Amino acid sequence: MSNPSPLQPMTYSTRGADPATAPGFLAPLDALPGGLPGAGLPWLDDLRSAGRERFAAVGLPTIRNESWRYTNLRDLGKVGFEPAGASAAAIDLLPTVRAAGESGPRLVFVDGRFRADLSATAGLPAGVELLGLADAFASHGELLAAHLGRLAAADDRPLVALNSAYLADGPLLRVPAGVQVDQPVELVFVSVGTEGAATARHPRSLLIVEAGARAVVVEHHVGQGAGTTLANHVTEVFVGEGATLHHYKAQREGAAAVHLAHIAATVATGGCYDNYILTTGGRLSRNEVVSRLDGTEARTHVSGGYLVRGNQHVDTTTVIVHAQPNGTSREVYKGVIGDSARAVFQGKITVCPGAQKTDGYQLNRALLLSDTAEIDSKPELEIHADDVKCSHGCTAGELDDDALFYLRARGIDRDTAQGLLIGAFLAESLEEIAEESIRDAFQRIVSGWLEEQK
Amino acid sequence: MAAQPETIDQVRAVTEQKYKYGFTTDIEAEVAPKGLNEDIVRFISAKKGEPEWLLEWRLKAFRVWQTMEEPQWAAVSFPPIDYQDAHYYAAPKKKEGPKSLDEVDPELLKTYEKLGIPLREQEILAGVEGTEGKTPAIAVDAVFDSVSVATTFKAKLEEMGIIFCSISEAVQKNPELVRKYLGSVVPYTDNFYATLNCAVFTDGSFVYIPKGVRCPMELSTYFRINQANTGQFERTLIIADEGACVSYLEGCTAPKRDENQLHAAVVELVAMDDATIKYSTVQNWYPGNEDGVGGIYNFVTKRGACRGRNSKISWTQVETGSAITWKYPSCILQGDNSVGEFYSVAITNNFQQADTGTKMIHIGKNTRSTIVSKGISAGRAQQTYRGLVKILPKAEGARNHTQCDSLLIGDQCGAHTVPYIESRNRSARIEHEATTAKISEDQLFYCRQRGISEEDAVSLIVNGFCKEVLKELPMEFAVEAQKLVGISLEGSVG
Amino acid sequence: MIEIKNLHATVDGKEILKGVDLTIRPGEVHAIMGPNGAGKSTLSYVLAGRDGYEVTEGSVSFYGKDLLAMEPEERAAEGVFLAFQYPVEIPGVGNTTFLKTAINAIRKHRGEKELDAMQFLKLIREKTKALGMSDEMLKRAVNVGFSGGEKKRNETLQMAVLEPRFAVLDETDSGLDIDALKIVAEGVNALRSPERSMLVITHYQRLLDYIVPDHVHVLAAGRIVKSGGKELALELEKNGYRDFGVNEAA
Repeated sequence: MSNPSPLQPMTYSTRGADPATAPGFLAPLDALPGGLPGAGLPWLDDLRSAGRERFAAVGLPTIRNESWRYTNLRDLGKVGFEPAGASAAAIDLLPTVRAAGESGPRLVFVDGRFRADLSATAGLPAGVELLGLADAFASHGELLAAHLGRLAAADDRPLVALNSAYLADGPLLRVPAGVQVDQPVELVFVSVGTEGAATARHPRSLLIVEAGARAVVVEHHVGQGAGTTLANHVTEVFVGEGATLHHYKAQREGAAAVHLAHIAATVATGGCYDNYILTTGGRLSRNEVVSRLDGTEARTHVSGGYLVRGNQHVDTTTVIVHAQPNGTSREVYKGVIGDSARAVFQGKITVCPGAQKTDGYQLNRALLLSDTAEIDSKPELEIHADDVKCSHGCTAGELDDDALFYLRARGIDRDTAQGLLIGAFLAESLEEIAEESIRDAFQRIVSGWLEEQK
Repeated sequence: MAAQPETIDQVRAVTEQKYKYGFTTDIEAEVAPKGLNEDIVRFISAKKGEPEWLLEWRLKAFRVWQTMEEPQWAAVSFPPIDYQDAHYYAAPKKKEGPKSLDEVDPELLKTYEKLGIPLREQEILAGVEGTEGKTPAIAVDAVFDSVSVATTFKAKLEEMGIIFCSISEAVQKNPELVRKYLGSVVPYTDNFYATLNCAVFTDGSFVYIPKGVRCPMELSTYFRINQANTGQFERTLIIADEGACVSYLEGCTAPKRDENQLHAAVVELVAMDDATIKYSTVQNWYPGNEDGVGGIYNFVTKRGACRGRNSKISWTQVETGSAITWKYPSCILQGDNSVGEFYSVAITNNFQQADTGTKMIHIGKNTRSTIVSKGISAGRAQQTYRGLVKILPKAEGARNHTQCDSLLIGDQCGAHTVPYIESRNRSARIEHEATTAKISEDQLFYCRQRGISEEDAVSLIVNGFCKEVLKELPMEFAVEAQKLVGISLEGSVG
Repeated sequence: MIEIKNLHATVDGKEILKGVDLTIRPGEVHAIMGPNGAGKSTLSYVLAGRDGYEVTEGSVSFYGKDLLAMEPEERAAEGVFLAFQYPVEIPGVGNTTFLKTAINAIRKHRGEKELDAMQFLKLIREKTKALGMSDEMLKRAVNVGFSGGEKKRNETLQMAVLEPRFAVLDETDSGLDIDALKIVAEGVNALRSPERSMLVITHYQRLLDYIVPDHVHVLAAGRIVKSGGKELALELEKNGYRDFGVNEAA
């Protein structure tokens, strides 16, 4: 009586995929000047070729693929992306959650490649490793071989396969057992692109927080310059026993950007993976977060907010897998959709056989600001154990007329009143950010968006 | 009547075509040969003396069906069905049945007893010989006299202009109504099972409630036994004209043995301005044994169209039977201010699988829908709620509220919730809530401390869990349904 | 007559009751007092037969029958009633339905004819009236949305309807203000009779001002360490449980 077991990764058939799109993405790979960094390392060559083979066989997912039913990549297959080259472009202003004048550990990637000149790693506790993957291939081969591709398997998802095929650079953070990194580690990704051209970058991140360790990571994704940019990120996260990783991400790419990200995390016994994503940028963006509680008493928070308008399309797809007993998961997503923008929320909680005493909670709410805005939600529960408490709630609607009227009756103009109410609506999600300084920084992004909305 | 010569022509057409198609079955045969092809479709149509347009419709459906694939998306699994290895027509005939209740499976009788079904009714349900047909025993039976009840009420209904008959009869007597509405809600291209049904449906019910008429009784309650043999491809069409109102009951709380493994029924409801249709189902087909052997595959397409302003369609279902249930009673809320409701209790035990839910398509202004789904999974059963709430751009002020609750009994079963919520109108307000829980040890112990046995306590608690839905059932059904909830879960605890 | 002899019980492998001896005759009201963690609630659950409370030694004879060999519902049918410290909520199940199911299960066990709807309604109206309760409470789901006082009154009503031979009142005073306590105590007192015995479990003496016991026992560390008349309760109120080797801040 076989429902596909939640313990097995779903294998892709070509049903729901379009192999014809593969050559366009893979052909430039052979023409890369000087090939990819680390070429010749057997484990790396294997990882790349496995990704390449897989992507060649399936190509981009189509809307017949259940996980992609609301996000259509068809147009992407027609663009003809060139791999973005290493860029030495000057970056005017790097985003940060720090107060003006403060500095701290930071890695900057421009068009997918590490920029040492913009980065800083001073001040980290002893033993903490923070560097670019391209540099780490040689120095940290064993560590990378043991972790890369383990969570985000190439046969799992076509875009992960494509990322593996192009795997060249991205941040590596390793916090050794017992070490607490108090100040946030910032990871900045800048898409520069080329005027009049379509360029693709495929950064890979690896975050390892070992037993009893703690770290706070803040990602910034911004666009600068022009052309159409595609960022196809893959992040693998390992949270050890009793370890905690707070992982925050602000995606503010440009208006023509395509931002696709897959984050796969595993949490060991007593560990906690806390993820929050704020999205305001990109023409088309999707965040897939897969958080697996592989140890008992593990916790995960997967939350976020999005604000979209114009013809933006934002897709949030989360999967929380309770593989062991006594796990807790919490998910709070709130979104604001204006103009002809469209938002997609797919959130799945899976409780595997034997994962008793699981406590899973999910809330997702969308606010539609215009007559042409659209929200498609699919909150999903898959429960294979009886002693569990799982729930999800989902709402969609417009601003409360009564509240709006009340504010206006007190002399507040319509736009300001609207801004206040939207801000209040999003606040519930921002409260999920445990780190106060980061919550404030993200709040500023929201306020900025609301200012522009007026 | 025009139907007569047409029918004759058709029979001739079929018999004359036999060489062309290599079809050699005698038109007088009681059973069509195994397999499914155009000739079988013609044969069925001819047997039923159908007009040409209906045959054409069936054939179109059949041709589409041949190009279709079985849907794969439901969370159910079963060995492939060989659609050629089945008879698609068998004339209704009396089967060799047991001579008395002594010969009937004692398990079956035990269940009847628990449900409190009168002895006379038990005999008929179990197919004891001499109980169906025209034996005088039936006519004098005061407890359950289906024949005379049928006659009495039929006359009364006719007086009010209500048409309630088999769909075959309606094809003959009210062809214009059937032609106008058949396939208007579930088109012949709709889905694999529905399309198959269009090609080969044998019989079912037809109801037409004229303008302004409120049907004075629950339809089909009194006919449940007579209608038991409508076959595996049942087709139901109910039309409530302007201001009309009807409550229709389908199914039976008593478990029934059936030789046909595959059931692919289609139900279409049409509600015009200010009309209301309430459709209640209790489905208790054979679920297979404790090891998951046997049981009915119940692949049903049910859909209602709220065509008129202020119309309302309400589905209530209690699904406890069948090895596999694939069923999504839906509402197309076209008319402004129309209302769709779906109240469901699904219980799966042992190896049963159910993938069930609803679709609410909001098209008109101020349309409202309510979904309450209570799923109970026990043993090794797998159950999925799958639902779609879709708000189209013109559905100003649409409202939906959905509540999906699952109860798991034992750690080998599964309960899944897959709702799709799509809104393209900002003034629409949608709320969806889902929960999963188990019967708490505290509740069980509390009941037992008050003298209630564990099994009765489970039944009591589960009935409480389902209350919101069960209260939607017509009175006479509700009592039996409550007992059924308990019986379905027997052996699931302890 | 209830005879508890050398009763030992464990919870999660930990021994909580370490040899309890107690005899209660028909019509008697006994009080068990003791500090937190003494095993008071464990004793009540063991008597009612809750899963997870394992009897490792000893016996409980209930009017000559082996109580420990019975399922919880059999004990209830034999006339053991536990008034819960925390009455359980059962959503969707009406109070009336619940009571009717219970009383008919018990009557069936006793070989009595089940009550029909009319008879039951008459009985329950009588009992609610006697307890000064409103009909409205009967319409609601079992304990759902009940205040603390209402829950305890509901327990009393169930006791009145089910007419047990032996009622165990587990911390009936917990969560009640003085007015609610008086009402519940009145209800309980009205149910005292020469055929019915009671075991009142409480931490505080306060309850025993209203339900006056014939005997008082002190349970400490899983054993009855002292027995006496109702004056023992007052003594405890004054001196606390220190005399029994228990240090308690309460």
